[in-house]
Amino acid sequence: MSILSHTAGARPSTGQRAERVRRPALRPTVALSALVLLLALAWALAPGLFTGYSPTASSTEALQSPSAAHWFGTDATGRDVFARVVHGASHSITAALIAVAVGLVVGTTIGAIAGTVGGAVEETLMRGVDVLLAIPGLLLSLSVVILLGFGTTNAAIAVGITSIATFARLSRSRVIAVRQSEYVEAAFGSGGTLPSILWRHILPNSAAPVTALAALQLGSAILQISTLGFLGYGAPPPTPEWGLLIAEGRDYVATAWWLTLLPGLVVAAVVLSTNRLSTALGKGEQA
Amino acid sequence: MSVPPLLQITDLSITYRTRRATVEAVRGIDLSVARGQVTALVGESGSGKSSAAQAAIGLLPENGRITGGSIALTGQDGSREELVSLPEHAWRGLRGTRIGLIPQDPTSSLDPVRTIGASVAEPLRIHGWHDRERITARVHELLDRVGLDDPALRARQYPHELSGGMRQRVLIAAALALDPDLLIADEPTSALDVTVQATVLDLIDELRDSTGAGVLLITHDLAVAADRADQLVVMRGGRIEESGPGAAVLAAPTAEYTRTLLDDAPSLRQGVDRRPRRPEPGQAPLVRVRELRQEFPRPGSAPFVAVDGICFDIAPGTTHALVGESGSGKTTTGRAIAGFRRPTAGSIEVDRTEVTALGGGRALRDFRSTVQLVHQNPFGSLDPRQSIAAILEEPLRNTRRGSRSQRRSAALHHLELVSLPPEVASRRPRELSGGQRQRVAIARALILQPELVVLDEAVSALDVTVQAQILRLLARLQDELGLTYLLISHDLAVVRQVADTVSVLRRGRPVEAGPVERVLEGPHHEYTQALLAAIPGAGRQADQLHPEAVPAS
Repeated sequence: MSILSHTAGARPSTGQRAERVRRPALRPTVALSALVLLLALAWALAPGLFTGYSPTASSTEALQSPSAAHWFGTDATGRDVFARVVHGASHSITAALIAVAVGLVVGTTIGAIAGTVGGAVEETLMRGVDVLLAIPGLLLSLSVVILLGFGTTNAAIAVGITSIATFARLSRSRVIAVRQSEYVEAAFGSGGTLPSILWRHILPNSAAPVTALAALQLGSAILQISTLGFLGYGAPPPTPEWGLLIAEGRDYVATAWWLTLLPGLVVAAVVLSTNRLSTALGKGEQA
Repeated sequence: MSVPPLLQITDLSITYRTRRATVEAVRGIDLSVARGQVTALVGESGSGKSSAAQAAIGLLPENGRITGGSIALTGQDGSREELVSLPEHAWRGLRGTRIGLIPQDPTSSLDPVRTIGASVAEPLRIHGWHDRERITARVHELLDRVGLDDPALRARQYPHELSGGMRQRVLIAAALALDPDLLIADEPTSALDVTVQATVLDLIDELRDSTGAGVLLITHDLAVAADRADQLVVMRGGRIEESGPGAAVLAAPTAEYTRTLLDDAPSLRQGVDRRPRRPEPGQAPLVRVRELRQEFPRPGSAPFVAVDGICFDIAPGTTHALVGESGSGKTTTGRAIAGFRRPTAGSIEVDRTEVTALGGGRALRDFRSTVQLVHQNPFGSLDPRQSIAAILEEPLRNTRRGSRSQRRSAALHHLELVSLPPEVASRRPRELSGGQRQRVAIARALILQPELVVLDEAVSALDVTVQAQILRLLARLQDELGLTYLLISHDLAVVRQVADTVSVLRRGRPVEAGPVERVLEGPHHEYTQALLAAIPGAGRQADQLHPEAVPAS
């Protein structure tokens, strides 16, 4: 520590740069993760560019193994699996974004209010969050889906609700830490009102770890939505949703491995990428 | 000299590799530490003094490299060992046994989940002590030797149960565990109160006498070095500016920089040119504090009384100082006056406003324009995400003063007022040094044109040179703007420089108050006397008053 401040003191500009020597964005694994996510996003936005086959109409013979014409093979009704994965991206990614948005907005609001107001309000909110946290995630999302009805959006909301507690607790702890900082006191001391200080100081300085968590949640939301799809609580067939794809291929594991394995690998790659990016975000903030 | 010194550093150079450039931190320095003597290495932050010390114990950071020179350690039997490019396993045998390190920050240098005894015993275990009873006995002996009462009890306690001074003693005990020949003390007291600082330095002195170890003392405060050093080495920018016997260097400094350091050390010289202010007779005081009492509730026991029975007045345009050790209630008082915490009882009147009656909301926010607080730590008091211009404009936005362009020009004007260049406006706090940040914090406090500025240890976290600059700035601003200051400090040397009246607090109660000259020149209370005696360089100052006391060599 003393050495860092030391060199920084001697040559402020070089010391400044020294802190950023290991920029996470430049690491190859991070670049690869970003590439995977960009590809998935491109699939979601313009699936037509990546495959000429229809995701729902059968185009050729059933249960063909992967080939140059059908990269991921075909399923039991002769649909191109690669086309279904590409078109499924929009369902899975939109659903994941909805899920994260629900968790982020509701959770951060609860956490920020609890952290700033304190007292009985904080107690009530955080005990409510504890209750959410006490119910196993899958059970909670299944119950919510049953209440709301089946479908991709409802499954997404259900998954989002399970992440509210995590967001609320994280943002509350950050807000409390920032609230006690001297610059917040100085802002009060110069005549600031609570809302303006919340907006100008507390939220921006609490945002970094919450952003990292949101990126992390994106991956696990894809996974959870696929789980719900696999269990039949998500989009109804023949929607090409990733979890549903794997569920449909389950019956043919012994004869047609590609039906489960290849879409499964895609899901795994996307989830791992979001994980890697999230840690990079977190580390970048620390440096 | 026929006997080679304990530690001999010759022509040592150290560079740091960063991504863009190589920084030369140390450029060819020579110094030596003799057995049983103290060599003090003095310089501001960035002078390379810590790098030199880290090289001497083989703990340079990974990107640091010794590019030239030699470091030689002479054993008791006269054997000479070259430390540069020593392999790591050989270092492990040396650290602790022959070279001990007393680290800078006692609050973070002890493992919070281990007992004091375990921390002190660690070097013993590392170096092959296995007999548990022998270790315990040695730990108790060490704790006793560094002046901790009831060593058996202390050994079972955890760091959080000990005060800062006690923790520093524990670290010294751990450094002494294996009777090293050389002790390296890296700013051992910079994080401590003056009174504690004095006792810790006395302890190091006394241990050097009794064990015959050599001490390399690293400090930014020439006054600290002045009292203790046999040899004095002044560093700046990686080079040695001046070195020689301590008394000779102080009595007749040859380097320009040494003279600056001497002038800046608040305890050695009157570095701030300031005209003392006298309140005009019959003038109403700006601040009236009467019978202030502040309690903090404690679950399960009687409330803790932080402050009780504080009374003082501050005349407009003068500086009043609140002095005391940590825990004396001076910060609590300052915060109550600035309206951050409502006191339990008593009255505070600032500019004919009763602060304790302000409910909050509108009235309190309006009052903020009258009193501003400057925090101790310039690293924590500025929002890291805002630009300096945004930080300065914020108080004006909060109070809805001026248009956008008027606010911008006010910010630039106040940067100029605190002697910062206008291009600082677009920077972020992390791009500024500690002194520059503190200037920004002062500018932010002044932008609302307050009557009273509460300076809560506003210069304590700064190097002496920067501290002197800030004190001069504060004196100039008081002249130009007619400000009234409430200065909170543990350092009587600083108080003597800039204050007109002073209240000495001890454990929340006032012990002595009055004009600075009267309280500091002829203190009646023993506590004030103790605080005065603890000022580093106090003895040296007496020497300067009586030049014949300085040894001729």
